[in-house]
Amino acid sequence: MFATDLALATPLLILAGAALLLLVVGAYLPRPERLVGLGAMAALAASAVAAVTGPQGQAFSGALTADAASVFAQVVICLGSLVAIPLGQAWFERRGIRHFEFPVLILLAALGMGMMAGAGDLLSLYIGVELQSLALYVLAALQRDDAKASEAGLKYFVLGALSSGLLLYGASLVYGFSGAIGFDEIAAAVKGEAGTGVLFGLIFMVCGLAFKVSAAPFHMWTPDVYEGAPTPVVAFFAGAPKLAAMLLFARVLAEAFPLAADQWRQVLILIALASVAVGAFAGLAQTNLKRLWAYSSIANVGYAVLGLAAGTAQGVQAMLVFMALYTVAVIGFFACLAALSRNGRPLETLDDMAGLFQQRPWLSLALTVFALSGLGLPPFAGFWGKYYVFMAAVNAGDPILLWSAVAALVGSVIAAFYYLRLVKVMWFDPAPGETDRPPVEAGAIAVGAAAFTFPVVLGLMPLIDHYAKAAAAALGLG
Amino acid sequence: MTGILSLITFAPVLGAALILALRAGRTASPRGDDLARWIAFGASLATLGLSVLLTLRFDTANGGFQFVEDIPWFAGLHYRMGVDGVSVLFVLLTAFLTPLCIAASWKSVEQRVTSYMVAFLLLEALVIGVFCALDLVLFYVFFEFGLAPMFLIIGIWGGKRRVYAAFKFFLYTLLGSVLMLAAVLAMIGAAGTSSIPDLMTFRFEPWMQTWLWLAFFASFAVKMPMWPVHTWLPDAHVEAPTAGSVILAGILLKMGGYGFLRFSLPMFPDASQAFAPLVFALSAIAIVYTSLVAFRQTDIKKLIAYSSVAHMGFVTMGIFSFDVLGVQGAIFQMLSHGVISGALFLCVGVVYDRMHTHEISVFGGLVNRMPLYAAIFLLFTMGNVGLPGTSGFIGEIMTLTGVYFSSTWTAVIATTGVILSAVYALTLYRRVVFGEMTNPALADITDVDLREILIFLPLVIATLWLGFQPGLVFNVTASSVDGLLDAFRTAVGN
Repeated sequence: MFATDLALATPLLILAGAALLLLVVGAYLPRPERLVGLGAMAALAASAVAAVTGPQGQAFSGALTADAASVFAQVVICLGSLVAIPLGQAWFERRGIRHFEFPVLILLAALGMGMMAGAGDLLSLYIGVELQSLALYVLAALQRDDAKASEAGLKYFVLGALSSGLLLYGASLVYGFSGAIGFDEIAAAVKGEAGTGVLFGLIFMVCGLAFKVSAAPFHMWTPDVYEGAPTPVVAFFAGAPKLAAMLLFARVLAEAFPLAADQWRQVLILIALASVAVGAFAGLAQTNLKRLWAYSSIANVGYAVLGLAAGTAQGVQAMLVFMALYTVAVIGFFACLAALSRNGRPLETLDDMAGLFQQRPWLSLALTVFALSGLGLPPFAGFWGKYYVFMAAVNAGDPILLWSAVAALVGSVIAAFYYLRLVKVMWFDPAPGETDRPPVEAGAIAVGAAAFTFPVVLGLMPLIDHYAKAAAAALGLG
Repeated sequence: MTGILSLITFAPVLGAALILALRAGRTASPRGDDLARWIAFGASLATLGLSVLLTLRFDTANGGFQFVEDIPWFAGLHYRMGVDGVSVLFVLLTAFLTPLCIAASWKSVEQRVTSYMVAFLLLEALVIGVFCALDLVLFYVFFEFGLAPMFLIIGIWGGKRRVYAAFKFFLYTLLGSVLMLAAVLAMIGAAGTSSIPDLMTFRFEPWMQTWLWLAFFASFAVKMPMWPVHTWLPDAHVEAPTAGSVILAGILLKMGGYGFLRFSLPMFPDASQAFAPLVFALSAIAIVYTSLVAFRQTDIKKLIAYSSVAHMGFVTMGIFSFDVLGVQGAIFQMLSHGVISGALFLCVGVVYDRMHTHEISVFGGLVNRMPLYAAIFLLFTMGNVGLPGTSGFIGEIMTLTGVYFSSTWTAVIATTGVILSAVYALTLYRRVVFGEMTNPALADITDVDLREILIFLPLVIATLWLGFQPGLVFNVTASSVDGLLDAFRTAVGN
């Protein structure tokens, strides 16, 4: 029995074991950075393989679930974390910061995300969220001599703690009114529509989770944290953690409150439309690209939530496809920013990017791909994500959802302006001066992610479609 | 012959890839630029050769889709290509105009030649893809993706206000197309398929047809463009480089008319019939109003741009007459306008290359220095006016006749457009070519050279040939148009 539980938890145990081991190794070896980095990458790869090949089922009396959805998420999480390690290590090294803790923190964050993706009850939900968040708070402030990074870390921590509080309060209300902590048991206890007490708890949990995925109106921390935190760290936490949090969101709604769909759908539609609107309008006023992409991520999360709001298996599939494709694009975008500098000063504003095409054709081509993908222009990856989401919204058969989809589409036209502006400065404007030679690893990750976003994604879509469909089916919505 | 459509569509992409492989990351050099030009020209000529082959092998007696390719993709979507009588000639037109555009940009585009050629070939591929796609989503992909290269062409190689024009072009068309995307999703949701041939026989509920028709109309009306959503076109034309204007007027505008024929009529017949008066009214306004506006322009390109809007008015009017003459005339008018307006923009390009302006007032008396140019310009001006013997005449007379039966008043109002087009086009010609040569800067302007003559020659031949032998076109389109209208009449029940 216990052996089966351990077998089901293998992907997470690999990460946990590796994190602890590497921490000890790092503490005792004289120059451990490279070794710890490679070890962490190997552990992440092994965890992904273990997730794909391992058994599926419920472990630890339902606290942890290993199903098609957690496997899908685990693979994306491990890949997203894996590329973050070389990206970040080289970046910190160039700034004279040699923390062997960086890969370990990434491992711990990945472990937390893995728990979120496989959470089966309220306890593992909370532990997963906290483990992930604490690692991310430290990562954001890793550049501790930098005032902006420290500010970002502190802001992230204070507001993150608040949202954890909301989540925990909601969880305790749900437990108090349903008498159960397992998602399945909650569903059995609630039976149909949620009563006032449980509904109250559910709303608090939704707010807490909306904070974690930076959906409006709980998005305020995002631009400041993105701007202040080290660029490779942003590349890491703008992608995979949101996928994990979105899957957890889906699990809570689909497994614990499947019959209250009409109740939570309205809340989700509101969150989705608010996010799309905030992302589109506030993004227009931004000149700093990290802030701009923060607003872009708010809008993008809005689309993912819209998929979830459909309340169908197709909606969950849409959300997973969207977030997986978005994760690659966002890592690629921040890898571009990590790669670009002029006289040692990183290029971070729109004006900095002027004439980039003349100087760095491949990187600016990559940025163009990410901008057009964010805009939702077919056939870039971002379009296919939106295609799934809108298809799900249309097929859900709810007229409110249909009109929300149309509104969100119009929002994407407004946002198109700032994506185009980035393309414009890179291609149309004259360059103010030479840029530095981009580091190999960041350039390679950026161009690789761009090649995935277009055109590789066109060939891989059948696979992604298939696995996301299986993942969505595992959550058991109609 | 299966696979030829993919070959035609992706041949330009192969050319672009070759250019990138050889030239990406290198610094610009005259030899390297020439290499890019020749590869682009070669790729576009190969595409033209394949398109001619396609047209020759096309079975005119068959009204259905031919050369069909069908590969399942994901989520129920297919990579599905095919052409019928309506689309095959647009493929040919695109393949015909692109090498001319590349030849016309040979000397006028000197900055960033590699990127220019890649963008142009990509644009050609996407436009051909639009006409060949038989899957709704695939169509949308080609239709939308085309905005990106055109955005760059206007924005990088355009005139003074190029950035404004590029943004206006992109955002205007994007807003139209996202509404179409919503309709596309609703159609796939309701019909359970994204196959265009299947959707053509699927009957949507009448209330749904209304919404879908309006959403598609939003996109196609902007693309055409129809009054009152035409205002992006003059800006885009004035700022775009010559070849960009040729492609824009010659081919991109036709995607709107093609869309009406491929989607609105067969898929939403009831709504099409209900909205026909609206289209008639907008077309009539477009013809008269934009002709008057054209008359008042001081910029040659802007004048031709407005005249394009007026000519597209004949197309929309003809399509929604639901009459064989009207629809055949509309297709013919689109093809003819593709050739003539393309040629007119090339004529502007000739003087722009020499004087770097397209203000009318700068010119005058060109006939003294450029007799050959004056003759060529005259022919296309006459084509634009619709002189019998040129292809412009056939399209106008047929659409007018077609519309006369369904809405006499529209035909009467539209006919004034024929007179107005003579007014503005001949005035333009007089002010640019005739009169005293007062501007001293024009004193040593040179006539068209051999390269330019070779560019104009195919266009002259096409204009006259189509003018004297319009049957060539109707022979190809007849079966498909008959099939389209038969199905339409059955659907609306008369």
